Amino acid sequence: MSTSLTASSTGGHLRRWQRFTPGERVMRSTFYLAVLIAIVWSFESIEIIPEFLYDAPQQTVDLFARMWPIDWAWYSKVVHAALIETLHTATLGTIFAVALASAVALLVARNITRSVVLNTIGRFILVATRSVHAMIWALFFVAMFGPGALAGTMAIAVHSIGFTGKFLAEAIEEAKSGPIEALTATGAPPLAILLKGYWPQVKPAFLAIAVFRWDINVRESAVLGLVGGGGLGMALETALSNLYWDQAGLVLVVIFAVVIVTEIVTAWIRSRII
Amino acid sequence: MSAPPSAAARRVAFPPNWPARIAFVALAIYVAYASTILDISWARFVAGFGHGARFIARMFPPNIAADKLQLLASGMLESLQIAIIATAAGVLISLPLGLAAARNLAPLPMAWAARALVALFRTFHPVIIAILFVKAVGFGALAGMLALIVASLGFLSKLVAEAVEEMSMQPVEAVRATGAPFLSLVIMAVLPQVMPRFIGFSAYQLDANLRNSALVGLVGGGGIGATLFTAFQRFDYDFVLTIVLAIIAAIMLGEIVSGFMRRLFQ
Repeated sequence: MSTSLTASSTGGHLRRWQRFTPGERVMRSTFYLAVLIAIVWSFESIEIIPEFLYDAPQQTVDLFARMWPIDWAWYSKVVHAALIETLHTATLGTIFAVALASAVALLVARNITRSVVLNTIGRFILVATRSVHAMIWALFFVAMFGPGALAGTMAIAVHSIGFTGKFLAEAIEEAKSGPIEALTATGAPPLAILLKGYWPQVKPAFLAIAVFRWDINVRESAVLGLVGGGGLGMALETALSNLYWDQAGLVLVVIFAVVIVTEIVTAWIRSRII
Repeated sequence: MSAPPSAAARRVAFPPNWPARIAFVALAIYVAYASTILDISWARFVAGFGHGARFIARMFPPNIAADKLQLLASGMLESLQIAIIATAAGVLISLPLGLAAARNLAPLPMAWAARALVALFRTFHPVIIAILFVKAVGFGALAGMLALIVASLGFLSKLVAEAVEEMSMQPVEAVRATGAPFLSLVIMAVLPQVMPRFIGFSAYQLDANLRNSALVGLVGGGGIGATLFTAFQRFDYDFVLTIVLAIIAAIMLGEIVSGFMRRLFQ
């Protein structure tokens, strides 16, 4: 990256042309050094048990050998219901998330809430919900509501607030002030200003964000069951703890298919509606 | 424009938007329907909030006893190491894999094979990959590391391939015309064009790996996730709070570092 170009100038002596200022070069070199040190340190001190590695190829072969043939009969017994549960968890979670995030986004958007304190509180809610992963939220909600889809739905909803709210707030802040001022001048109440001034402007972004988050949430809700959040993850957990790898293989195939189909559906919605 | 609006039109400035109303009602019906399917009811909510209050009461104050802090530190360090190694390995492997998946440089059959592999890596959640690696290489940091490497490859290789496909082909043709071998072509014509974007992606991936390294531990992949899961199972809720706060702090710190990294190389 540190290509240096040389150019001769009048007067016979060489002038060096450099792409980066000395400060930038020092920063970059320091950064590269820091990266190198971090990598070496990680390799030196991470605990890896070499004995486990010796039979890894064997174990991997064994893993796939046990999955085959896949137990298709288990689909109608357990996996189909789990699949439906996962889809509803993702969808309902997204709906709740969008509802909650809209409220927080209104709090965060500086052109709606003109209070730095309230903006900061809203921003803190966004960062806090986003930083804790859906699976960790699921651990909490399982402790609150008991295992099942309710915990999973709440985990999806709360975790998605951060992402959805952040983009919604940005969309609201980008709204043009013209229609808003026009409505304000007529003496319209705040709700009418929101509904007729802001909503038409943020609607496309709003729908795009919701669909995008739904796509992510389908993936996430498929694994929430591993910690008790219901759905496909629960079926996978059951199969794994019973060591029925042929059933686990079926769940993996179903998750794969669902993720692919979801991606196709969201791509279609995005190209058609938004 | 010039014709004055009729009296009826003037009275209704905003005519009722029937499609939107119907969509709203349909949404409400779906919420009610899905709630019954998932056994979500107000009674369970209320009961849950009762549990939640007790649960939160047990989380305060966060446990900062010396032995717990030591557990926390070793878990966090292991997660950090997992994230760093996974990102470094992911970056190293994703360059060749991304080049192999770029349709303008690699022969088409190879490009499609590489694309299929990358798509497979991207489809599965890191947690599921971690479960498979825990079976293959046993419990511990190695399984988590391998899972995150696979996840990083799925993300980075796709972006490398896209960046290579979007780059200008003129430098490539110029270098090719000199009869340079393929490696020189990559170093002199391809890398200078994709490198700035690639460093941005890598910074983002480090961020993502830091988040996900807390997850893979939940299924046996080592790191802070393992510490968290153990604390949950032992009902050490005050320690759980300490761990979660530490994770949030680490992720925020990671965001600052990766933001700094992106600015440095822009």
